[in-house]
Amino acid sequence: MNPAHAGVCVPEKMPLSITINSRPHQLEVRPWTTLLDLLREQLKMTGTKKGCDHGQCGACTVLVDGRRINSCLALAVSKDGADVTTIEGLASQAGELHPMQAAFVEHDAFQCGYCTPGQICSAIGLLSEGKAHSRDEIRELMSGNLCRCGAYVNIVAAIEDVMNAQGKPAR
Amino acid sequence: MNAQPHFGQSRSRIDGPAKVTGAAKYAAEFDAPDLAHGYVLNSAIAKGRIVEIDSSAALALPGVVKIYTHENRPRTAWLDYNYRDEVAPPGSPFRPLYDDNIVYNGQPIALVIAEELEIARQGASLIKVKYKAEPHATDLDAQRGQAYEPKKKRNGISPPPNPKGDAPGAFEHAAVRVHGEYRVAVEHHNPMELHASTVIWESGGKLTIHDKIQGVQNSHGYVTAVFGLKKDDVRVISPYVGGAFGSGLRPQYQLFLAVMAARDLQRSVRVSLTRDQMFTFTYRPDDIQTVSLGTGTDGKLQSLMHDAIQCTSTFEDYQEVVVNWSNILYHCDNVQLSYRLAQLNTYTPGDMRAPGATTGVYAIEAAMDELAYATGVDPIELRLRNYTDIDEVEGKPFTSKELKACYAQGAKRFGWSRRDPQPRSMRESHELVGFGMASGVWEAMFTKTSARARLFADGRLEVASATADIGTGTYTILAQIAADVFGMPLDQIDVKIADSTLPTSPVEGGSWTAASNGSAVQMACRGVREQLFKHARSADNSPLANADIEHVRFADNRIALASDPSRFVTFADAIRAAGVDHIEAEGNSAPDKLTSMRYTAYTHSAIFAEVRVDEELGIIRVTRVVSAVAAGKIINPKTARSQILGGVVMGIGMALHEESMLDHKLGRFMNHNIAEYHIPVNADIHDVDVIFVDENEDKLNPLGVKGLGEIGIVGTAAAIANAIYHATGKRIRDLPITIDKLL
Repeated sequence: MNPAHAGVCVPEKMPLSITINSRPHQLEVRPWTTLLDLLREQLKMTGTKKGCDHGQCGACTVLVDGRRINSCLALAVSKDGADVTTIEGLASQAGELHPMQAAFVEHDAFQCGYCTPGQICSAIGLLSEGKAHSRDEIRELMSGNLCRCGAYVNIVAAIEDVMNAQGKPAR
Repeated sequence: MNAQPHFGQSRSRIDGPAKVTGAAKYAAEFDAPDLAHGYVLNSAIAKGRIVEIDSSAALALPGVVKIYTHENRPRTAWLDYNYRDEVAPPGSPFRPLYDDNIVYNGQPIALVIAEELEIARQGASLIKVKYKAEPHATDLDAQRGQAYEPKKKRNGISPPPNPKGDAPGAFEHAAVRVHGEYRVAVEHHNPMELHASTVIWESGGKLTIHDKIQGVQNSHGYVTAVFGLKKDDVRVISPYVGGAFGSGLRPQYQLFLAVMAARDLQRSVRVSLTRDQMFTFTYRPDDIQTVSLGTGTDGKLQSLMHDAIQCTSTFEDYQEVVVNWSNILYHCDNVQLSYRLAQLNTYTPGDMRAPGATTGVYAIEAAMDELAYATGVDPIELRLRNYTDIDEVEGKPFTSKELKACYAQGAKRFGWSRRDPQPRSMRESHELVGFGMASGVWEAMFTKTSARARLFADGRLEVASATADIGTGTYTILAQIAADVFGMPLDQIDVKIADSTLPTSPVEGGSWTAASNGSAVQMACRGVREQLFKHARSADNSPLANADIEHVRFADNRIALASDPSRFVTFADAIRAAGVDHIEAEGNSAPDKLTSMRYTAYTHSAIFAEVRVDEELGIIRVTRVVSAVAAGKIINPKTARSQILGGVVMGIGMALHEESMLDHKLGRFMNHNIAEYHIPVNADIHDVDVIFVDENEDKLNPLGVKGLGEIGIVGTAAAIANAIYHATGKRIRDLPITIDKLL
């Protein structure tokens, strides 16, 4: 090898066991591949969006073992054994929307739809955290999910609606 | 004839389920067998030449397929003409990888194609580039002395009118004078979706392209002209666009690169930009505006002067309407408006949500607030005293203008009467409270557009036009308009847009889509309805044989006599009677020449903002906004409100957050990511209230609608800046108003 090209190599693939939307996968993944790129490029599950690839926008939010994370900041191989839920895994098999999805449609909580999968996964994560008890707390705790179309007012209304229906009303 | 059960009613987006389930596919999400991935390398200098590009290390990386630079770029068209897209300003459009010349920092200089995305990215990091840098200019202040009036005007952009009366003389003698220089920051559109193109190569060289674009036919025209391809060999399909706000009006460099590589490799290629690279093409231009207002003690304008110097690139004269708004909004006999450009070594700026109005109306509306204080006249009253019923730039009356109703209803909803005009007079605990207001105005355009409607025997109605839905709600409003023609539910309608093979449509921009494509769809549907009725009437033993179309109703998939609904012909029977499987018609809408000669058409608004400013820390919160909009008829109040909310949020960003900072030493935008380029987040947005005032628009287009995509942002930043002055007594004439400027 030309010495100038030392270190020029592609890392070998590693085995990865991961459950995505209740379906177990046995995969071979390079260690530099993020969970986001695994989903989008390798598994063709493009519902999870790439908006910055730097953990700055939240478009790639998925639920890993029930907690919301930025999938662009997680290397796929670090999630061996994890249980991942993406936007594609929220509606029922029969196609009935998850209450959060239905509330987003009802409240027009999106325009272009690109940040929407991340917003919805983040909102579901937020509810299970149980930390948001007021509109201001919803706003604060949803601030990791940017929406350039500016649908924030409607996003908060949709989340509030679902919280109310679950008997945990925001004050 | 029919009532309109859908037009004017709130309806959830018909594309909503696809968007909330992840089923909606954006440009970078289409797949193809053997797809190769492209990654772009950008220049590190703003001006000069590439002396050497060493790709050897990158080429040694397993999985790298090919690296394109100016040295091995396949041949493309020779003349500028071929690169000039549908909305290009005058000049020589940028050509990626054309030669060794660097004209801006961030210019694409190499494309790495690899089997995997990560390998392409790794490959790009291994390319070594040597430059010969030359001095560059990226500071508008330093270039203002070289400002010039553009020789060639941009199509559709009115230059400032000739001066009226003697504005400088009248200013000299005015009892009250206000004079200020207003600055806005360069902004980048930053839609959430990264710009990307997936080019699917089919055997024989036909291309299907999924491009992030606001007009598929614009990309189609660009690709066929630049690469010398037959029209039928290229098809552009972009059903979902993840925001654009103007960044997707012109084809961007990733389209050129992806098509170039796909043709050369005879293989499908995707090129997706990174967020950093979203700062390497178009942006909202910076400008230096000077506004001088002279009045009597009554606040009536005697002199109105508004000058703007705006940046452009060294290769195109980008132009927008910045200063004319002052005299469209206000009456004055002595007026001087001027607009010049100064060249910077950046990419060409471009249209961003309400281009020109967002910046120009900010300046005039901030100056009007200063005038309100100088004269002691209430800001709304001052605007009413200078109100105009004619567009004084064109010298024509408006087709409709309910701005007074916007002021009145907005003020009432906001509680403007509770405002103590004295700055720093209102506070709540540690926060100073300020109320500010401003007017907004945007052109209500109506453009030539085509659409097609097809009614099938199985009851499905398809309407089609090559426009886009960038989050604006196009799918839904077109379905509403079509549904009403046939008395159908929305779920019986298939809306086909964003495919270059569909009937001709301009790009989705300028807030003209609802009016233009909506009218064309309605015409096409009415064409189908007439044919359907003819077939129904001539069917054997038709109960409608002697009826005319005015006396029947279209509903429940039937045409029935209005006087006796039990006498009907079903749509299916009428289509069968004609011996066809569907009925089809085209609709071509275009502005009426006589109306255009006699009138001008604008959307208006009044924006009211409440801010709270922490007295010690300078933290600004925009706690309430009321935006009252006069935009003719509203097709879908639910999605219409969202359009205004979005504009208001972007206006809050303009007032407080958004600023692309140029490092003049490097000639490069230094905060090229969305952690450092701040856009409003959820916690920044509190109560936003939208009012649509009644406005009878009966001249502009058959639907009586104006556009809504842009008016929400216009004036919003001024209302907030004015509220900040009211809260703090500090007049910041330089957006965004950040803490450091306030303390």
